[in-house]
Amino acid sequence: MKHLSLFLLGTALGTGAGAVEYKAIQPEKSKVTFQFKQMGVGMDGQFKKFAAQLNFDPAKPAAARAQIDIDLASVDAGSSEADDEVVGKSWFHVKAFPKATFVAREIKPAGANQFEVSGALTLKGKSQEVKFPLKYTPQGSVGLFSGGFVIRRADFSIGEGMWAKFDVVANDIQVNFQLTAIPGK
Amino acid sequence: MNQHYTSTAKLLHWGMAVVIAGLITLGFVMTDMPLSPEKLQYYSWHKWAGVSVFMLVWLRLGWRVLNPPPPYPSAMSPLMQRLAHAGHAALYALMVIIPVSGWLLSSAKGVQTVWFGVLPLPDLLEKNKELGHLLHEVHESLNYLLLVLLAGHVAAAFKHHWLDRDDIFKRMLPFGSASSKDNA
Repeated sequence: MKHLSLFLLGTALGTGAGAVEYKAIQPEKSKVTFQFKQMGVGMDGQFKKFAAQLNFDPAKPAAARAQIDIDLASVDAGSSEADDEVVGKSWFHVKAFPKATFVAREIKPAGANQFEVSGALTLKGKSQEVKFPLKYTPQGSVGLFSGGFVIRRADFSIGEGMWAKFDVVANDIQVNFQLTAIPGK
Repeated sequence: MNQHYTSTAKLLHWGMAVVIAGLITLGFVMTDMPLSPEKLQYYSWHKWAGVSVFMLVWLRLGWRVLNPPPPYPSAMSPLMQRLAHAGHAALYALMVIIPVSGWLLSSAKGVQTVWFGVLPLPDLLEKNKELGHLLHEVHESLNYLLLVLLAGHVAAAFKHHWLDRDDIFKRMLPFGSASSKDNA
């Protein structure tokens, strides 16, 4: 009990003065990237367009809300040939499923400026629970939030038909993000 | 003087001949294919074979220095001998340069070369679309040059065999032994 009160006191003192609630991101200073293996070779890609809605006060993670929508057609998969391929039916099928959405369900504190986030990732009509550590770095008036998690493309039917086997394009896709968030009124 | 190439030299010559023939064929086939898992597989195999050729050609050159090939027949004119030397030098140069151009091309295209999916080669260039395109052209042109030289190489071998009727072609054959002329 004593430890708990000390902890709460510390939290209140530590953040009370600079309590800040982040409400938007700066897309030009944010990144959503992914990495995967193709024939044993590490490949990089990114999404150039995404939007986030958030209400995040690092001092009150339990009350935080966060959602990120990724415009799948903005994919850069390494080459124009690959970009044309992955928006198609066997991969993202952007005509029917233009967006990937992550909605945070729970954000728990996990140490100094660290949080444990869990939520639902919806991609190509399928939802999966993902869980990942989130790192918060206050930087003047903005806050950097970074993290990453691994998804299995087969869970979302990403890469169907001739691509369904994992011998050429691996099942595991590492997704990383770094978001620059700004406080709102 | 031994008039034959060593077995090692023959093995390297014919082994690389087979690999290079497959490599060039694969290169033309894979670039024409629509995107598919097979296409990506072929690209990897092409790169693996290319790196292998690059390794083997140094082994071959080292072997050649330690075990000089038999001299050209004295019946060959000095001009023809110089031409033959120049042709072989150009073939060796291309066996070194073409894989390097492919490696650079891969780097510029942003796809690292990982030999047999295990040994990663460092990327010597940053990803750069325009440079990647240019290096593709260079790689392809060097291969056309190689094809022309190889056509000349094969034509010369047959000319020696059928027209000059000397041992130049026979002494490189895998199972040939010292020619009967030596004993005559």
